[in-house]
Amino acid sequence: MKTDDLIAALSSDVEPVRPRAVVSRLALGLGFGAVVSAAVMVLWLGVRADLMQAMMTGPFWMKFAYALSVAVLGFGLIDRLARPDGEGGVFGPLILAPLAVMIAIAAYQLTGLNHAERMRLMMGASWQVCARNIVILSIPIFAGLFWSLRALAPTRLTATGAVAGMLAGAAGTFIYEFHCNESAAPFIAIWYTLGIAAVGLLGAIFGRILLRWQ
Amino acid sequence: MIEAEAELKALMLRALGGDSAAYRTLLQRLQSHLRAYYARRIGRAAEAEDLLQETLIAMHTRRETYDPTRLFTAWVYAIARYKLIDHFRRTKRRAEDPLDDTDTLFSASDAQAVEAMLDVTRLLSRLPERTQKLIRDVKIEGLSTAEAAARHAMSESAVKVSVHRGLKALGAKVGDEE
Repeated sequence: MKTDDLIAALSSDVEPVRPRAVVSRLALGLGFGAVVSAAVMVLWLGVRADLMQAMMTGPFWMKFAYALSVAVLGFGLIDRLARPDGEGGVFGPLILAPLAVMIAIAAYQLTGLNHAERMRLMMGASWQVCARNIVILSIPIFAGLFWSLRALAPTRLTATGAVAGMLAGAAGTFIYEFHCNESAAPFIAIWYTLGIAAVGLLGAIFGRILLRWQ
Repeated sequence: MIEAEAELKALMLRALGGDSAAYRTLLQRLQSHLRAYYARRIGRAAEAEDLLQETLIAMHTRRETYDPTRLFTAWVYAIARYKLIDHFRRTKRRAEDPLDDTDTLFSASDAQAVEAMLDVTRLLSRLPERTQKLIRDVKIEGLSTAEAAARHAMSESAVKVSVHRGLKALGAKVGDEE
């Protein structure tokens, strides 16, 4: 095909592009994934029985704030990285800020305690399954985001995959929080973070392969 | 490049609004930039043309990723570069040239020429006014010494001396800046 013919074909009927099309597409993938993930959580794990009482307490909202802030920063970052000339800018280092706050709260809670009490705050009752459950609940969201990104144009594939993974991990964590009844900051700082980081690592590994476009 | 950016971006914004004619003009303009870009980096013309076409298709299908608050030429360049690297990866060849010379897509030495002109203007402005005029006439516009002398009602030797001193002073100022 001659290039002039190609140009004629491409420009024959050009549809307008909606403003904020990238954000819409990312939100669509994220949203679909989150719905699936929430359904899996309800059917497989179940919402915690004391959700209403828990919502009256501070730690419940601290957990939500942690997952939500990572997700919001991750979304801001992925909106940039999904573009060919995208750079993380201020969002890049900022995505670690919620973790820093979480560690500070955890350290505060751990000071002055004896060994047994510290272990209880760090390990809770569900440390063996927490990160694993987060990873599982993140997978539908991970898939949704990668579906969105494949229609976009990231050029830094490893970084984009890692951030998409962290975003999926944070969103999966958010959903898991409706089930999980742990409330100690040290537990959250360790096990929630581990779950989010694991999905981020998966994203970095698969980004190079799955996000390539032609 | 400054000029290309403004024009191409205006075309792109119209194209994103659904203006087919603007889009067609845009793709034609990009075609020549991209052809030159790939021709310099890929020896075989047919291969370069294929890559050019793939790039136009990629830009078309992914045009929503252009953020109007950013430079359009940077967006084009980022896609062209990605496609080039992808091409080398697929064909298992090394890039013959360094890939990161941003200037070359919008061929323009334009930008450099503009910057150089601005530098000269700024430096000249620090010289006495008559010396400025003489240097402009003789060194930039290219008048002969005799013509400049006539224009400013000076002797030829006075013009020569004045230009010579002016240039020397400019040289010293450049030295100061560095």
